[in-house]
Amino acid sequence: MKAFLILEDGHVFSGTSIGSTREVISEIVFNTSMTGYLEVMTDPSYAGQAVCMTYPLIGNYGICYEDQESDRPWIDGYIVRELSRIPSNFRSVDTIQHFLEKHDIPGICGIDTRSLTKILREKGTMNGMITVNENYNLDEIIPRLKKYNTGKVVEKVTCREKKVFPGKGPKVALMDFGAKRNIARSLNQRGCEVTVYPALTSAEEILAAKPDGIMLSNGPGDPKECTSIIEELKKLYQSDVPIFAICLGHQLMALATGADTHKMKYGHRGGNHPVKDLRTGRVYISSQNHGYVVDTSTLDEKIARPAFVNVNDQTNEGLEYIGKNIFTVQFHPEACPGPQDSSYLFDRFMEMMGGTK
Amino acid sequence: MPRDNSIKKVLVIGSGPIVIGQAAEFDYAGTQACRSLKEEGIEVVLLNSNPATIMTDKDIADRVYIEPLTVEVVEQLILKEKPDSVLPTLGGQAGLNLAMELEEAGFLREHHVRLIGTTSETIKKAEDRQEFKDTMEKIGEPVAASKVVTTVQDGVEFTNSIGYPVVLRPAYTLGGSGGGIAQNEFELREILENGLRLSRVGEVLVERCIAGWKEIEYEVMRDSAGNCITVCNMENIDPVGVHTGDSIVVAPSQTLGDKEYQMLRTSALNIITELGITGGCNVQYALNPDSFEYCVIEVNPRVSRSSALASKATGYPIAKVAAKIALGYTLDEIKNAITGKTYASFEPMLDYCVVKIPRLPFDKFISAKRTLTTQMKATGEVMSICNNFEGALMKAIRSLEQHVDSLMSYDFTALSEEELLKQLEVVDDRRIWVIAEAVRKGIPQEKIHEITKIDLWFIDKIAILTEMENALRTQPLTVELLREAKRMEFPDYLIAKLAGKTEEEVKQMRLDAGIVAAYKMVDTCAAEFAAETPYYYSVYGGENEAYETTGKKKVLVLGSGPIRIGQGIEFDFCSVHCTWAFKKEGYETIIINNNPETVSTDFDIADKLYFEPLTPEDVENVVNIEKPDGAVVQFGGQTAIKLTEALIKMGVKILGTSAENVDAAEDRELFDEILEKCQIPRPKGHTVFTAEEAKKAANDLGYPVLVRPSYVLGGQGMQIAINDQDVEEFIGIINRISQEHPILVDKYLMGKEIEVDAVCDGEEILIPGIMEHIERAGIHSGDSISVYPAQTISDTAKKTIEEYTRRLAKSLHVIGMINIQFIVCKEEVYVIEVNPRSSRTVPYISKVTGIPIVPLATKVILGYKLKDLGYQPGLQPEADYFAIKMPVFSFEKIRGADISLGPEMKSTGECLGIASTFNEALYKAFLGAGVRLPKHKNMIITVKDEDKPDVVEIARRFEALGYKIFATRSTAKVLKENGIKVIRTNKLEQPSPNLMDLILGHKIDLIIDTPSQGIEHSKDGFLIRRNAIETGVNVLTSLDTAEALVTSLENTDLHNLTLIDIATIDQR
Repeated sequence: MKAFLILEDGHVFSGTSIGSTREVISEIVFNTSMTGYLEVMTDPSYAGQAVCMTYPLIGNYGICYEDQESDRPWIDGYIVRELSRIPSNFRSVDTIQHFLEKHDIPGICGIDTRSLTKILREKGTMNGMITVNENYNLDEIIPRLKKYNTGKVVEKVTCREKKVFPGKGPKVALMDFGAKRNIARSLNQRGCEVTVYPALTSAEEILAAKPDGIMLSNGPGDPKECTSIIEELKKLYQSDVPIFAICLGHQLMALATGADTHKMKYGHRGGNHPVKDLRTGRVYISSQNHGYVVDTSTLDEKIARPAFVNVNDQTNEGLEYIGKNIFTVQFHPEACPGPQDSSYLFDRFMEMMGGTK
Repeated sequence: MPRDNSIKKVLVIGSGPIVIGQAAEFDYAGTQACRSLKEEGIEVVLLNSNPATIMTDKDIADRVYIEPLTVEVVEQLILKEKPDSVLPTLGGQAGLNLAMELEEAGFLREHHVRLIGTTSETIKKAEDRQEFKDTMEKIGEPVAASKVVTTVQDGVEFTNSIGYPVVLRPAYTLGGSGGGIAQNEFELREILENGLRLSRVGEVLVERCIAGWKEIEYEVMRDSAGNCITVCNMENIDPVGVHTGDSIVVAPSQTLGDKEYQMLRTSALNIITELGITGGCNVQYALNPDSFEYCVIEVNPRVSRSSALASKATGYPIAKVAAKIALGYTLDEIKNAITGKTYASFEPMLDYCVVKIPRLPFDKFISAKRTLTTQMKATGEVMSICNNFEGALMKAIRSLEQHVDSLMSYDFTALSEEELLKQLEVVDDRRIWVIAEAVRKGIPQEKIHEITKIDLWFIDKIAILTEMENALRTQPLTVELLREAKRMEFPDYLIAKLAGKTEEEVKQMRLDAGIVAAYKMVDTCAAEFAAETPYYYSVYGGENEAYETTGKKKVLVLGSGPIRIGQGIEFDFCSVHCTWAFKKEGYETIIINNNPETVSTDFDIADKLYFEPLTPEDVENVVNIEKPDGAVVQFGGQTAIKLTEALIKMGVKILGTSAENVDAAEDRELFDEILEKCQIPRPKGHTVFTAEEAKKAANDLGYPVLVRPSYVLGGQGMQIAINDQDVEEFIGIINRISQEHPILVDKYLMGKEIEVDAVCDGEEILIPGIMEHIERAGIHSGDSISVYPAQTISDTAKKTIEEYTRRLAKSLHVIGMINIQFIVCKEEVYVIEVNPRSSRTVPYISKVTGIPIVPLATKVILGYKLKDLGYQPGLQPEADYFAIKMPVFSFEKIRGADISLGPEMKSTGECLGIASTFNEALYKAFLGAGVRLPKHKNMIITVKDEDKPDVVEIARRFEALGYKIFATRSTAKVLKENGIKVIRTNKLEQPSPNLMDLILGHKIDLIIDTPSQGIEHSKDGFLIRRNAIETGVNVLTSLDTAEALVTSLENTDLHNLTLIDIATIDQR
């Protein structure tokens, strides 16, 4: 069946429908990872977005459920050049076609994804629609696209109830703003007992459990939408519990301490971004997925200083909080997909918490 | 970290002659590195024995030495030039081994020269089998169960403890030479014995066989601060068991999930970190297809063939960055030249798929085993880029120029299902064609996978292509079907053939439906950032990113495709220099080529690079976009020449010599007319079509005669016939390959072979020098030792040659290059071949005369006159020294290839000997070619009857040098009669001790074995030569070569060689 991708600037791509034939409006972003499509689809940070994969051959190694980064895919839509006819990998238990259908995710294939990427690069991230309706009316659709707003997505993706991953080491409270599984796994592997809290849990409740450390997770959407969470983070900042934050957690902590964030033109999504550790001068290749960034010019130098910087565009990639045991990064040390080069940061968090007990 | 300012003068060591396993990729890497060093104001001293390379050009380095790559030469050069550093990681294994020897001997330390790029400890850790294994164990990286053995017995015992099959890998050899897989003790002993001998240190690694696992490679970079990145990973379609150089390779990996991808990536970074490499490194893995189990196969602590491929596949200039790292820069300080925005400390992301296919020489070595093993056999490779795998595979296949254009090109349709199943077990260069036929015959993909171990994903892709063939054959050709066929890169003529239409019809239908090629950019970042470098590949369906640029005049330079025997790196040298010359004249330059190993496909050589097959349709697609003002075809070898007609049809102006005149040189009758008009004699000959006609012609001319197809390259299919039977046999062979052109039968003249390259401006000619071949006519010019200036012909003959060249160039209306081969028989000069284009000898003669022939020819093409360019027309004065070009062969790599020299070219590369005396030049040339004699001072002579009188004097001279001579019956008799001490030895079929025992006894320096005339070579001779080559014995099959060798050996007191900086040569 034919499908169409309509962008808010009026561009229309025509291709073939994959997955659900449901019509969807979403924010269109691109990801440059060459592997890890399942991890991308199931990363809650993509909630409210339709993802275009720049690598043209997708689905080659099928679907292996244990690689999911959450219980289900969160993407609104999926845009690819070509889906593999057969999956081939010893762990594959499903095809990507079936996976999309099963989860009712609409998508489009057979379009020039490079051309789409260039549009997003030049004009910035924008909204779009995936539809199978051949009689679409641009005059009617475009205003709707322009109006569309991702909204408060954190509340959609966070866990409903608190859950515990037992461990013999330090007790870590993981604030789930849309956490990828590998964050809890990385801590758990280091011996931590990880308690995952819903995003809207109060600071009091968390502190009452007397955690050895607090982990603020990644998550979707505009950080400024998370007003009540920011208020709770202000309290956590005042506590002396060591805090480590990733991505949205990093942005929220910055907002909680008076700094500002802004939307990037087209964000960083992929597995090849170089970040420089300003403490050591070393450069690491990182996994990234963010559309907003902390504005370093708004940092209060008495509160926080940059700890990591993006080598390509000099944007902020991490903060160190002065006089506090707080450390936050914009990129994803938990990888999945992407390079594991910065997984040492979990070790640094272990040290902040006083090492393995 | 900023650059280390104590580095001011760097010696860069090249890789020497092109041999299988070490080819043009090192010219590419070396050239890029030298330019990168010069950019930093470093004074570059270059050493490389290969004159055909671009890196040995005075534009590339400050001081250029084309000298043998031996420890003695490097030592002397260091004393002479006093560099402060040596960069050894860009010259392949040859360069690395040399540097290691110098370091181990303490020479570098003593003279305060340091190794930059990577330390000797690192090299040892990566290259020494045991140290490598220990290092891997230390960091917990798995390697296959293995043991380094130094004796056959040890190897047998170890293998008995781990079980067959085992893989054998000799330490420190090129392209896995001497290695292989042993299934049983007999094979183990055979391969091991050979491997122990070939290894520089007499060590062979015996290893658990993991054949059938996926073979995956990572290209990794690390700087001195410890930052590491991976440039690219690659997946071999052929599982472990086939050398990666002989495998079809795809980038990035296609069948690895992120977990596997990252697992191996992390491993590669751990390895490069532990080894402490600063620069580029290649790590090869075997990955169990059914688990996460993997083994590290090998680490190359240097740039390699794979890194050249990775550079071209991603746009990331590995060698350039490696050179900067060697100077002390860190990755985050080096700009990414493609985007101009990002830095070298990032990982390229591809939004396309790359396929590399090796170019194997079985079309040259018909008798050779086609089997692919862990010992590399390919002479070159092609690469293609597309946004789908099917298209990339189709484009790569037709780039090979081996009469293949699809998965139907090797015909296995006659095989039954049972036979096909058997054929699937054969691992050779036609395997994907066999798989395609198996799919067509309905053999289940699972079954094919089970036999070949090739991943199902690739088998399914082959199936998709065969389904398209079938659809085109059986369904009406709709626009949709056509669109899909083009997406998979089926060429128009193939679609037409399958659909029963004409090519024109298909093309028209395509144009009507707007199905045209679009070009996408290789930008290292999957379009995330705007890129500045116009490096393009074609796709069907999508937005075109390549726009016609205007303002400047535009020229299209056609490259020479994959490196093969007969068309090597020389033509890349010519293409690159021609491009630079056009640039200097203000032209916008566009290159089309498909060889990932070469300098011409570096993204900053031409203004625009199209990485595409060199077929009329692919070229036309580029022409449609670019609309060039003209094209040059005379520098890209036969590949480019063959496109002339098609270019004219497209309306592209051919710059330089016109197409009609190129044709006239190839068309026998037209050419005869011209010769007659110019009053130039040629050996008598006839043009024939059938065997009967050929025999009649041969008898008319008198045997021996030369039989060959017209329109050939490197003497392909050319043979000397001495009787009717030979003629019949040859014609049979020639007609086996479809032959539209006539066959030429010429009188074979025994004389001096002379070669000349000249530039003609339409009025005047310029001949830089006359080259004389040491081997007499009958041995292909590319396989002959070539001497400049010519030594044995008279001044009158030289004058005649000059005059004939002038007449021929003028009457063929040559504008640009012309290459002519002459035979001087007594005082008579005959013309045997004229090529109105650049030739193999152009780089060599340019360098030794200091005359930049290609730029001159380019200017002439643009309308300049030689006189305006500051050159006196005619033959240039001879230089005060001697320059000898020596062919280099790769026979030991090709099992079953006959090594005897003849009219068909067999050498893969060349080296140079340049000196102020003839003997020293000759000595250096042999030294450069790896002939290091004497060792044991034992030799074998066995020659055909015609050679017996001439061999006596040669034998006497060897005897005088202290050689003990063994000879077979009749040769021994002749030698004895002439008073030479000789030990008669038994022929092969006779009881031991016979010739074979002598050879395998490892005490023989040299064999002179001239095979009897005719194709029906004696089995004996063939076996002797093969065994000798495989045990590392020098074999000479021409008395002329033998005489040259003895001459050079008579002068081995040359301890102090004179080193000549060819950058200072200027004949003007």
